[in-house]
Amino acid sequence: MSSLETFRTQTRAWLEANCPASLRGPAAAGELVWGGSRIEFDNEDQRLWFERMRDRNWFCPAWPEAYGGGGLAPEEVAVLEQELKRLRCRPPQINLGIWMLGPVLLEYGTEEQKQRLLTPMTRGEVRWCQGFSEPNAGSDLANIRTTARDQGDHFVVDGSKIWTSYGDQSDWMYALVRTDNSGSKQAGISLLVLDMHAEGVQARPIDLISGKSSFCEVFFDSVKVSKDNLIGPLNGGWTLAKKLLQHERSAMSKFGEFSLPTHFDLMAILRDYLPVAKTASEVVLEARAQACALDEQAYNLTVQRMGEAARAGQDVGGIASIMKLVHTEQEKTKFEILVDAMGHRALGWDGDEFSSQELAISKAWLMSYTQTIAGGSSEVQLNVIAKRVLQLPDASKGGAK
Amino acid sequence: MSLIYNEEQRMLLDTAQEFFAERSPVSALRALRDGGNAQGFETALWNEMTELGWTAIPFPESLGGLEFGYKGMGAVFEAAGRQLSASPLLSSIVLCGSILEQGGSEAQQNEWLSALIAGSKRLALAVDEGARHNPEQISLSATRTDNGFELNGDKVMVVDGLGSDGWIVAARTLESPASATVKASATGKEGISLFIVPAGTQGVCVTRQSLIDSRNTARLSLKQVELAPDCLIGELDQGKALLDAALDRGRVCIAAELQGACEQLFQTTLDYLRTRVQFDAPIGSFQALQHRAAWAFVELELARSSLMAALHAIDSNDEQAPQLVSLAKWKVGQMADRISNEAVQMHGGIGVTDELDVGLYFKRIRVLQALLGDSDYHLSRAAPTVDAA
Repeated sequence: MSSLETFRTQTRAWLEANCPASLRGPAAAGELVWGGSRIEFDNEDQRLWFERMRDRNWFCPAWPEAYGGGGLAPEEVAVLEQELKRLRCRPPQINLGIWMLGPVLLEYGTEEQKQRLLTPMTRGEVRWCQGFSEPNAGSDLANIRTTARDQGDHFVVDGSKIWTSYGDQSDWMYALVRTDNSGSKQAGISLLVLDMHAEGVQARPIDLISGKSSFCEVFFDSVKVSKDNLIGPLNGGWTLAKKLLQHERSAMSKFGEFSLPTHFDLMAILRDYLPVAKTASEVVLEARAQACALDEQAYNLTVQRMGEAARAGQDVGGIASIMKLVHTEQEKTKFEILVDAMGHRALGWDGDEFSSQELAISKAWLMSYTQTIAGGSSEVQLNVIAKRVLQLPDASKGGAK
Repeated sequence: MSLIYNEEQRMLLDTAQEFFAERSPVSALRALRDGGNAQGFETALWNEMTELGWTAIPFPESLGGLEFGYKGMGAVFEAAGRQLSASPLLSSIVLCGSILEQGGSEAQQNEWLSALIAGSKRLALAVDEGARHNPEQISLSATRTDNGFELNGDKVMVVDGLGSDGWIVAARTLESPASATVKASATGKEGISLFIVPAGTQGVCVTRQSLIDSRNTARLSLKQVELAPDCLIGELDQGKALLDAALDRGRVCIAAELQGACEQLFQTTLDYLRTRVQFDAPIGSFQALQHRAAWAFVELELARSSLMAALHAIDSNDEQAPQLVSLAKWKVGQMADRISNEAVQMHGGIGVTDELDVGLYFKRIRVLQALLGDSDYHLSRAAPTVDAA
């Protein structure tokens, strides 16, 4: 038996013995564990699974043992992932630090930073959040204004971040800050990590049109950050940010893999709200719903095709670029149709007058508007397709004046 | 499920693309049109396709086929679509060949199927009667006589119907339409039968329907056409299932041809966006056009996935095949409308001239869109309804 097969046998046996049965299969909303200083477990199984994976150093199986990683070879990591998938094990914790900042730190961090920042990640002790967007830097991310002023042995950070998921519950943030104003917008940005418990940091949850949300606004008022928290070169943050955002896509897909989709069956719900005798406009409404259902099927087939093409070693950059755009726009269309069909039954806010499904649809409908904005708006996605995939010329280079 | 071409299928796609680009580029279609060629394709090209074995692709080895499946057929249709190459592959092989393969008697297979695969004869399928495709409403009648059957009625949109060696005609064989409806609901069979009508049969009149795509499309008028009993394919009144299976094979190949034509047309449009300069800038640098082009690309990818799922479903005898075929014909059709409209609009004035090939693509795409069911037809066939329990 090859050593890899031995590893597979041992891994399978260990997972069978150690992953609690209740944690196999997708999780409903709120059922996933977020690592960090304020970690909370809903039940004993969650705690056991967290601790067992932590003690096996498998939170970060591919990272070097020196920083608390598993030290596994790439082919062993692949085997571990296959076996986790085979048993449908949920991730023992969700941690943006591991999924997004970690890979960048491994590549660009100093030895001291790796020791200090990576090790607690591999223990699940620190919860990380991302500080990129600002009120004036959404789609135009390079427009950030939060400054880090050089004060000799430390920086002083002033400004604010917005759309920081779980900013109020996180321990540390990796943030893009402005460290130079003299050159191009991109050239004066640095990547800094900072302690969310430090003096002068304040995080405030944002209420959305759909109600409470996990998004926060974070304010920095003369926050002292020691210089060893600068990641990579001064003013070299833009390159690192692009690297981080590449990891965001795979992190989000991991997250999605383990979450139960909140699925509303369009045609089944319409059945309850459209009367049998059909007016011309109801026929049109049904046709819109049918087209929407078929488009969803075409999207699901495209997800499947992308997976097959990737496994066959084909370039899937083109297909990948459409996925977020298509999915979020389809969801929005679907809820619009539902709301049109349900009339005022989809306009309830709370109380007993409306069924729980009706209220859930209202919330999900309102939430669907955030999806075509967050994580790169639809317009940004279209720009990316036009420029990177279709290779259409750039307006700024000899383009429109 | 496999939604990508495997190595062999990819090789066939490459071969077919090279073949059509060299032997039958768009200029060949233009020459056929300008020469007023009613046959709508070049016999020499058809012979070469036959020699390459493409007419044998979908059939089992026992019937002289290659058993290469509809993924293989899809690859050839895609490649033909890219160059608007004309051939009777759809009419004679996919539509009539499927019916003979699945429902023909041994004698019919010996007489016709081998000849179709060899390219020495060709058949055309006559289904449509009204303005829009609707195989559920066939009224051309076939009644029993002492010597066999008598057929009366008209067929339209008969693809490659001019100059063919015969036609397969879908006819109603139940006595009255009223009882047909009753029986249909009771048994699920719709009183449809399929007949081979050899060319030269008395009472058959075939005339050209000259369409915008300059292909071979015919109207078939049958007046007191006498047919021998052995012209019936399969069992009396039981032809609908046979017909539907063949139509689905035809639809998926049409979708493949559309996908190929649209991918080529989209490339041409992108090239134009990159090179055409107005207001001192390539027009492709304008965001209004970039976003429209990006949406067109999105549609191409979604259509491609639907097409591959349908080809796979046919090859694996999936019971979901009719739904997936209609999904493909719907989605590819929607995409094709968008791509062809944008291609003309983005090319501007030159886009509406006959000099540019864009117009030829536009016209062929619109005919393919309507053929064997447009987007409306296939939306109804593929989508769940509110009424369904």
